[in-house]
Amino acid sequence: MVAHNFRHAFFCAVITLIIAWPILGFKLVAEGTQITVNGASAFTWIAVAVAAFIVFLFQLFRDRIMGGLGGLAELNPMADREPMPQEKRVRLENIGLGVLIAIALFWPFFVSRGSVDLATLVLIYIMLALGLNVVVGLAGLLDLGYVAFYAVGAYTFALLSNYWGISFWMALPIGGLMAALFGLVLGFPVLRLRGDYLAIVTLGFGEIIRILLNNWTSVTGGPNGIGGIPDPTLFGMEFGRRVKEEGNTSFHETFGIAYAGEHKVIFLYLIALVLAIITAFAIRRLMRMPVGRSWEALREDEIAARSLGLSRTGVKLSAFTIGAFFAGFAGTVFASKQGFISPESFVFLESAIILAIVVLGGMGSQMGVILAAIAVTILPELAREFAEYRMLIFGAAMVLMMVWRPQGLLPMRRRQIKLKAET
Amino acid sequence: MQDLLYFCQQLINGLTIGSTYALIAIGYTMVYGIIGMINFAHGEIYMIGAYTALIAITGLATLGIAWVPLVLLIALICAVIVSSSTGWAVERVAYRPVRGRHRLIPLISAIGMSIFLQNYVHLAQGSRNIGFPALIEGGFRFGGEDSFQMSVSWIQITIFVTTFVCMTALSLFISRSRIGRACRAVSQDLGMANLLGIDTNRIISATFVIGAALAAVAGLLLGMYYGSVDPLFGFIAGLKAFTAAVLGGIGSIPGAMLGGLILGIAEAMTSGYLSGEYKDVISFSLLILILLFKPTGLLGKPEVEKI
Repeated sequence: MVAHNFRHAFFCAVITLIIAWPILGFKLVAEGTQITVNGASAFTWIAVAVAAFIVFLFQLFRDRIMGGLGGLAELNPMADREPMPQEKRVRLENIGLGVLIAIALFWPFFVSRGSVDLATLVLIYIMLALGLNVVVGLAGLLDLGYVAFYAVGAYTFALLSNYWGISFWMALPIGGLMAALFGLVLGFPVLRLRGDYLAIVTLGFGEIIRILLNNWTSVTGGPNGIGGIPDPTLFGMEFGRRVKEEGNTSFHETFGIAYAGEHKVIFLYLIALVLAIITAFAIRRLMRMPVGRSWEALREDEIAARSLGLSRTGVKLSAFTIGAFFAGFAGTVFASKQGFISPESFVFLESAIILAIVVLGGMGSQMGVILAAIAVTILPELAREFAEYRMLIFGAAMVLMMVWRPQGLLPMRRRQIKLKAET
Repeated sequence: MQDLLYFCQQLINGLTIGSTYALIAIGYTMVYGIIGMINFAHGEIYMIGAYTALIAITGLATLGIAWVPLVLLIALICAVIVSSSTGWAVERVAYRPVRGRHRLIPLISAIGMSIFLQNYVHLAQGSRNIGFPALIEGGFRFGGEDSFQMSVSWIQITIFVTTFVCMTALSLFISRSRIGRACRAVSQDLGMANLLGIDTNRIISATFVIGAALAAVAGLLLGMYYGSVDPLFGFIAGLKAFTAAVLGGIGSIPGAMLGGLILGIAEAMTSGYLSGEYKDVISFSLLILILLFKPTGLLGKPEVEKI
């Protein structure tokens, strides 16, 4: 056994060296047309050697280490505690949510403009992640082209305002409905496909939308994008220094306060907050409705669900369309926040980030997804020197989550109703 | 005459690209045939192969070795070794622990692995695309001086020949060798093969290694053909190859070859007669259409869902 372990460990160490050494150890440098290859720093070489050695040791004592890890669960004092009674948990959650929303409402008035801007982005990601959560987490349909619906929402607003001068508030429902329509049209034929085929088809669809936006220069401006997207107004009050449109008044003049750039940022933040809350509550209600339950039933066992009379296409289509609708919402807010959009913002990577949020938070769990969206967007901003490692860490985290904790960090808990026992 | 030459030119370009797609598609199709998962990280394995080959070629040039066949051979061997090791390790780390769980779990794990590998190369080698030296230059030209000239370059011929050799070797390996026979047995019924004393874990590893090795060959060939590599190089190529695998019928090796060639020709015809920008749209639309109307592909066997 020891000899076998040793051979295996040695083999793994050699493989580690082979994988890491050429890619990390040599750096290709292009100077004009001349390419040279430089050795990396001594530090890299040592790091590679140390990594190989660690792999060797780990594989050699694998059984013992894994045994030790198994024992760790016993050290955890929370491990075999009775789960909280449901009523208490629900009450605690509701109080927690209330406090969170109250803080979120007043917080922007006390912090810098930059952090409010970032928080708006976080809220947009929360909307996206909650929408994708319906599709992936609840209905179990892996959608890798989710960003396409986000793009549809954003471009709908941009094009409508550009060609017909339609305002944010008009465009918001249109953007959502337009995205939902795209979801419906795409979903209708493809939802018959099995899970992994569906993933690839949606990925292809996402790419097609992006390529079309990129090449249909006469309408979408191609890679140059569309600029000059108007800011939202508050009952006809604009937030700019000067009023752009006839008939509107400006916010600071109406209320007789000095003009400040922050007003607009905070207003956008509040819009995003309200929309995110609406998204969260709408989905929360949907989850308890028959349609939400049938999403989960179909995810758990398609054949059983169908034999109980659920229409596969109808149920899947509803999840797909509702998910797309919220992506369209988020897209409209995004277009309004940026004031400029281009196909660059809607690449596959974006879909992957949203998927990573849903997977890390716990598929199906709303609280988990919200927290994950906050963490995934804010952490790279806090640790700027690690920002370039962001995607590397996401990738690794997705793999590790699937291996160790596929239910996510904060798994979904189902609401149960028990009959009261006779006393 | 001119039109015919133009058509032949597109056909040859299509066959060149298509045969490399076929090489990559084999990796998808073999893995799918055996464990029924889409190895999303396969495109990245191919990209790593291309990078390793480029590093080897540049390194050899620095050492002063310039005899092209030797350089190519060494680059090929390096690329194959590094890619296969990566393929093996990816299976070990990301796929084996989640094997047999719900369908989406291995797929998400594979997507994570793909993002990880892409960024690993991105961080190590930079995001800019790097020129790939054209080691094989020149070619033939057909047609009159003043009209359209059809050209067939040596590199296209190299790609054909190499692909042909690889495909023949693979077919022989699968049909004649012991491991090949075990591969076929495992893809028919994994549990039964296990009962009959086949080390299925080993066979699954072997399919990943074979697929990765072929992807590395494709990486070297396409790197030279396109003349540059970058860390995103594997993503689109991987998708195309997957399309090819589905087109031919996923799980079927001859299907992957056929699918690759058809896809390559379809793309070349689109860029030749319509516009180069829409060639990706064509291949993705093709993928969607095939999945809708003939999900088993051209040569695939229908899958029966058992309860």
